[in-house]
Formats: sequence, C-alpha cells, structure tokens
Amino acid sequence: MTDIFRGELIRLTSEEPQTVAAAFARWGRDSEFNRLLDFDPARAWSEKKWKEFLEKDLDPDQNHSYFFHVRELVEDKLIGFVGLSPIWAHGNAWVGIGFGERDYWGKGYGTDAMRLALRFAFMELNLHRVTLDVFEYNPRAIRSYEKAGFREEGRRRQMLLRNGRRWDEIEMGILREEWLKLNGK
Amino acid sequence: MLDFQTQLLEAKDIRFGPIDHEAHPAVESRWTHDAEFMRLMDLSPARPLSPALVKKKYEAIEKQMDEDKNLFYFTIRAREDDRLIGKAMIEWISWNNGNGWLRLGIGEADCRGKGYGSQALSMLLRFAFAELNLFRVSAALAEYNEAALGLVHKFSFVEETRRREGLYRDDRRWDLTCHGLLHSEWEQRLAKGGAA
Repeated sequence: MTDIFRGELIRLTSEEPQTVAAAFARWGRDSEFNRLLDFDPARAWSEKKWKEFLEKDLDPDQNHSYFFHVRELVEDKLIGFVGLSPIWAHGNAWVGIGFGERDYWGKGYGTDAMRLALRFAFMELNLHRVTLDVFEYNPRAIRSYEKAGFREEGRRRQMLLRNGRRWDEIEMGILREEWLKLNGK
Repeated sequence: MLDFQTQLLEAKDIRFGPIDHEAHPAVESRWTHDAEFMRLMDLSPARPLSPALVKKKYEAIEKQMDEDKNLFYFTIRAREDDRLIGKAMIEWISWNNGNGWLRLGIGEADCRGKGYGSQALSMLLRFAFAELNLFRVSAALAEYNEAALGLVHKFSFVEETRRREGLYRDDRRWDLTCHGLLHSEWEQRLAKGGAA
C-alpha cells in the first residue's frame, strides 16, 4: 500500500509538545510568517504557553482535527505543519498549512505537504471536498495551492487591513472528483 | 451633533433585547424542535435541545460576550408584548480587520413573512456600522435558504464566495454561499433612501 505519510521532499509526523513549542515560539517571532498564516494580530507567545496549548491540541482524544508536523527528508528537520479539520456531516474539511523555516519557502516543500494532506483527506478520511482561505498578498501560497489542485471559489472583498491597505481574502476549494481526476484514479 | 436620540435597538414592530434566562429557554427549546428552522439557521446537524440545554447555551453565549468580546447577541422581541420571537447576532468579529459575521432567525413560525427579519437585519447593520464601526459584514447562507438570500439581496449584499457542494442534506449536495456588504455600500444605500 502507498505510504500516505511520505512525499517526495517531506514526511508527516507527530511530535512531542516540547519540540513543537520551541519551534512555534521561534517562528512566532517572525511577523511576516504570522501575517501570511493568520488574520489575527501577531503576538509573541512564550514557549511555556505554546506547550500548554499543544498538550491539549496534539492529543487526539481532545482535538478531533488531523494535525501533522512536517519534516524534510534530507536532514529530518522540523520545518512546518499541516492540519485538516473535518466537518463530517457535510464531507468538507478546512486545511491549514504553515512553514516557519524560511529556508524552505518557495522550493516545493509546501506543495508536497499539501498534496499529502489532500491524499489523506480523500483516501483516508473519505471526504467530499477540502476548503482553505488565503490572503491576496500571499501569491506564493496561491500558486502552490493551484499546483496541488485547488481552484478559487470567490473573494471576500477588502477583508484584511494590513499596513493601512485593504486586501481580499480568497477562498479556494477542491472536490473529490477533481482530485481523483488529477491523480489518474 | 451626535444623534443620541435614535434608539439603536428599536424598530417599527420589533426590538432587540437581552436574554431572559428564566422565560426564554422554554421558547427556544420549542424552536429547536422545528427541523426546518434549525436547518436554515445552522449548518451543523440539527438536534432538539431541552430547556435545560438551551439555558446552558445562553450561559456560554454571555460568557463568550464577556470574555472574548467578539460576539454581540440579541434576542428579537415583538414590540407589542415584548415576547421572544427570534435572535440576531454579530459573531467572530475580527477587530483589527473590521469584519463581523451576521446571523439571524425568526423562531416563532407565526411571525414569519411579516417583514420582521428585514427590520432585524436593518438594525443589525446599523449596529455593525454605526456602533461597532466595522468596515464590512459577512453572511454565510445555504443555497436552499431562499428567504434569506432574498433578504440579503434586498440589502445590496454581494455574493462573494460559493463553496461548491459544501453542504450535504437530504442526500443532495448544495453550495454554501457567502455574502458581503461594505460600510461604504451601506452608506450609499442609506443616502439613496433604500432599505436601511
């Protein structure tokens, strides 16, 4: 059977809260990373606070989303995360992805991780569709999502205010049948 | 001079009020047994709630209003006798971006089709823009919710996103549409004397 946790450049893992807390506290000091990831204001959480969040968040008994950490295959370095939150009744899931290690931006690692997340969504969770939000000022992510098979489903106009300028929030989606076709199934 | 005299929570036939933790749980419990209402109001699976469960929900709502400060929740009352007929809210407010999500419903079946929803939306918009100073508002509506789609259309909302087959009900896939209205669009509409 296919190893659904391994891509061409990365693998999906589960990590100890301490390991992740250290990485998140470091990544959280990069305000650009924050602004690409989230529309809430950036804040610098301590490693201790991250560990408290994560002890609950990473426990599958308490958190019913599918949250993975991402390690690159050459040095086995922790470089990011990707998570799926299913809405079971409607067969939809939200996907979120973040790569805190800047050295791995723009080199296909994110696209590889997203492809694994989609395969997991359709071949393991058996969902009908996957949804994500992305910001107009993040063209690198938009390109990556398109490569993975997402298409734009609309824009919430001027949703974001950053540095005094308004930007759209873009919603993207992929249907199961689109993913199957794309993957020759 | 600021127009303090305009009552933000009063309309022609209805008004917004607080939760009554004694009287309202029984009324809303009855609404939760109305499957059609539940499926129009909410995207999560419909389930009837006992008055005790509704009471717990009310407590959670006021706790969230107090602690997170990103929710404004109103009960809709009939002006003539102050009885509970529906609910209206602005939720998931993003203060740094100035967006809030609107949701409202008339739970009392005999109060539907009388324009009360329109009065409630009008008040909710005035509250969002003139009191909370939001930049825009959003509303998510199932493709099959024709009454609500007609209502937001009347208030000049723009359909912005369409989550294809995002809903699965009665063995059919439906789109989930999201609609947006900017503060500036609301003001233009008022200036032209359209539905406030």
